[in-house]
Amino acid sequence: MQKMPLLDPSGPIGMSERSLIITAFLIMLIPAIPVFIMTVWFAWHYRSTNKKATYAPKWGHSNKIEFVVWSVPAIIILVLGILTWVTTHELNPYKPIASTHKAIRIEAVALNWKWLFIYPDQHIATINQLVLPVNVPVSFRITSDTVMTSFFIPRLGSQIYAMAGMNTHLNLMASKPGTYEGMNSQFSGNGFAGMHFKVIATSRKKYDQWLTKVKNAPAKLDEATFTALEKPSSNTPVTYYSSVNPENMFTDVLDKYRQGMKMANSSNVAGGSTMASSGMTEMNAH
Amino acid sequence: MFGKLTLSDIPYHVPIIMGAVGFTLLGALIVLGLITYYGKWTYLWKEWLTSVDHKKIGVMYIILALIMLLRGFSDAILMRSQQAVAFGSNHGFLPPEHYDQIFSAHGTIMVFFMAMPFLTGLMNVVVPLQIGARDVAFPFMNSVSLWLTIISAGLVMVSLGVGDFSRAGWTGYPPLSGLTYSPDSGVDYWIWSIQLSGIGTLMTGINFLVTILKMRAPGMSLMRMPVFTWATLCTNALMILAFPALTATLALLTLDRYLGTHFFTNGFGGNMMMYPNLFWIWGHPEVYILVLPAFGVFSEVVPTLCGKRLFGYTSMVWATLAITVLSFTVWLHHFFTMGASSDVNAFFGIATMIIAVPTGVKIFNWLFTMYRGRVRFDTPMLWTIGFIITFVIGGMSGVMLAIPGADYVLHNTEFLVAHFHNVLLPGALFGYFAGYSYWFPKAFGFPLNEKWGKRAFWFWFFGFYLAFIPLYVLGFLGMPRRLDYYTNPAWHPWLEIAAVGAAFVLFGIICQGIQLVVSIRDREKNRDLTGDYWSNGRTMEWSTSSPAPFYNFAQIPEVHERDSFDHMKEQGTAYQRPAHYQDIHMPKNTSAGFIIGMFAFIFGFAMIWHIWWMAAFGALGILVTLILRSANDHTDYYVQSEEVKHVESLRFEQLANSERSGSINASPDTVTPLSHQV
Repeated sequence: MQKMPLLDPSGPIGMSERSLIITAFLIMLIPAIPVFIMTVWFAWHYRSTNKKATYAPKWGHSNKIEFVVWSVPAIIILVLGILTWVTTHELNPYKPIASTHKAIRIEAVALNWKWLFIYPDQHIATINQLVLPVNVPVSFRITSDTVMTSFFIPRLGSQIYAMAGMNTHLNLMASKPGTYEGMNSQFSGNGFAGMHFKVIATSRKKYDQWLTKVKNAPAKLDEATFTALEKPSSNTPVTYYSSVNPENMFTDVLDKYRQGMKMANSSNVAGGSTMASSGMTEMNAH
Repeated sequence: MFGKLTLSDIPYHVPIIMGAVGFTLLGALIVLGLITYYGKWTYLWKEWLTSVDHKKIGVMYIILALIMLLRGFSDAILMRSQQAVAFGSNHGFLPPEHYDQIFSAHGTIMVFFMAMPFLTGLMNVVVPLQIGARDVAFPFMNSVSLWLTIISAGLVMVSLGVGDFSRAGWTGYPPLSGLTYSPDSGVDYWIWSIQLSGIGTLMTGINFLVTILKMRAPGMSLMRMPVFTWATLCTNALMILAFPALTATLALLTLDRYLGTHFFTNGFGGNMMMYPNLFWIWGHPEVYILVLPAFGVFSEVVPTLCGKRLFGYTSMVWATLAITVLSFTVWLHHFFTMGASSDVNAFFGIATMIIAVPTGVKIFNWLFTMYRGRVRFDTPMLWTIGFIITFVIGGMSGVMLAIPGADYVLHNTEFLVAHFHNVLLPGALFGYFAGYSYWFPKAFGFPLNEKWGKRAFWFWFFGFYLAFIPLYVLGFLGMPRRLDYYTNPAWHPWLEIAAVGAAFVLFGIICQGIQLVVSIRDREKNRDLTGDYWSNGRTMEWSTSSPAPFYNFAQIPEVHERDSFDHMKEQGTAYQRPAHYQDIHMPKNTSAGFIIGMFAFIFGFAMIWHIWWMAAFGALGILVTLILRSANDHTDYYVQSEEVKHVESLRFEQLANSERSGSINASPDTVTPLSHQV
């Protein structure tokens, strides 16, 4: 039996999320176990055929019990509430991961039904494959060239939505080498089941070798290639692009869906500036 | 002439769909044939279709719910079989464009056309009887609500054979549900069936809110109301406050699809993030619309079948009210992964968890009602105990999902699917089934068969665990929801187990079918002569005969205590024959509700297919019917005291018979001899 990805994470975010799930589960057992026991015990002991059991048909109030049944759940929720407040800020997907290594930047674009990954600093791009060095934080910028989707690598942790005209962020890190499943987890139409990708976490050395390999790939990502990519396909084979032209293709994809807002903007403000990328379309977590 | 509709929209070349259509039509033909064979058309028209009697309207709602349960469950079976086989190179028997419609229809049907009619039906049958009223505040409006719901379910059924249903999921998130990505009529079927039934639901909410606030028997203060009535009151408040949000949201989506506006589109200033916000502002209260009535049922079943007062009535009422208010403060937890700030996510996460407190209190209150009681394991009680145990697991997974940090990995996975089925099956459906078997003898005068009822329960109970615990595991295995095929070998065995679970539930449903047949066959043998079928009924509905006369109460009872009927039995004031009877003011039956429903169907169908002349005809028909109805001054009449006397004499004869034969149909250990009560 294969291990469960969510319970066997390969990165710090996933590890924190696993321990959060386990902690919350254990805390909730405190009220849940007594409820299971009481249900079975009361039902059995006070069964109508057991004439030896106490019968108190008029009894319907007890301040002591009321106090316990309101306060115990309240205390548990207080504890879980504090845990929630703290961990939500710790696990903020927008928060960069502290590390001595500089984060790798990756731009992810959801297409029907495949993922385009652009490595802007390396000027390369891939379809449906991510290669990452272990123990180096990865900072994702994510958008969609189609409907709402969700970028998710279960073994590494958090997912985040990809939306056209929006720029969401996600910070993940792999701490163990291996090949992990990545996917769109948000239903997005007919080809949805075929919209997944492989994540290869490997040593720095092998990562560099891979970069060289991609840089020597014959295909190049330009506007014509991108237009071809926009045509629906699923289970799309891995493709490498040795260059990305124009370089800010990710921003172009974002801007494509911001036209309406630009127009609205410029008509309201005489000679108005176009919408800055950190404007309302930026899902800003800070 | 026919808008977008052409002959090619009828998928006569797809065998699975044609099979389903054929099966549905065959079922309908058999029913229509039987009605004709037994010459029951006049009876059906006069006594049922045009009825404004809340009890009959309630029964019709529940029949609709049960039929739609079969349809929704067929979808579930198809999904479970597809996922059990569509692994690796095998893509199963359903292509994605069909599979996507099935899960969209399953969710839509189960929420809007199974759960909603079921709870509305129970409300209809029970609430006026519980508060000592003769009908609801607006009986004609009640009939309109019913027919709008029925025709909306009809539109969903029509989508089976004419065109397609939506492929955008039951939540219909744009831009997927927008015109660019869903150009066919599927989403329009989804929109118009929800919109039309939504109007019905809104009217039901208003109707019952007014009924409960204005028509309670003298002496029944709010804090003497039965807890089911309290739950209904809160549900109605939620319906009134939440449903307009859904109507407005879908209206904006309709404008996007029909007039080319850009509220939710990808570009041109559209903002798709607004849609999940607006949708779930309705959607989360909706969860409590579904669950609160079931909680109300449990609060009736437990005291009656434990022969004991409800523990912590005041607590229960305040917990219900707290849930009602809090339900509007948690909608964002449906999309923690949309990129909101940590402060926002944490706020909604904590708000969500807080709801667990009043919910937990309710669980404890039911448990302490069983404590020192005399627990009878009749079917309604089995559903209740099954609910408590199962619901606690669902509550736990719910609190886990409420923690944004955990939701970041659990969201959109099968864990989420397991969670909401784990709260809605026990928390809503088990409650409705409990209510169905608990009040069946009240509605029809004979009980449901216990043996088959218990078999159904055990199949459903174990079927639930087999079908949904694997989905929790699949969530941890990283399986996203809504896959029509997959290649991960680790998922396959769990999906096979889940399919076995669905088969168990199928056996449960078959048992329920047999139960209904057996119960009707044996009805004469098991007649409930007293009206107090469970023999320690505590609330007012048990004080009148089973089935209740059309006017419910010959004399409106006076209430001096909570559990008013129990109090009357103690005081010896139950079953008293009044010195004289008075004329009773009652609403007349009307066909207007039915006719409005038919025009609404025409309107809805025409809007879906852009047949504008037909839409205008439907809308005009509704308007004219309403005007004619408003101009009719003869909508009510008086039941003569002589007739009341006659009906009541029969009732007292029946009571005397039951006393003589000593045949009080309850388990022997809890018999309260009637002679002590009269």
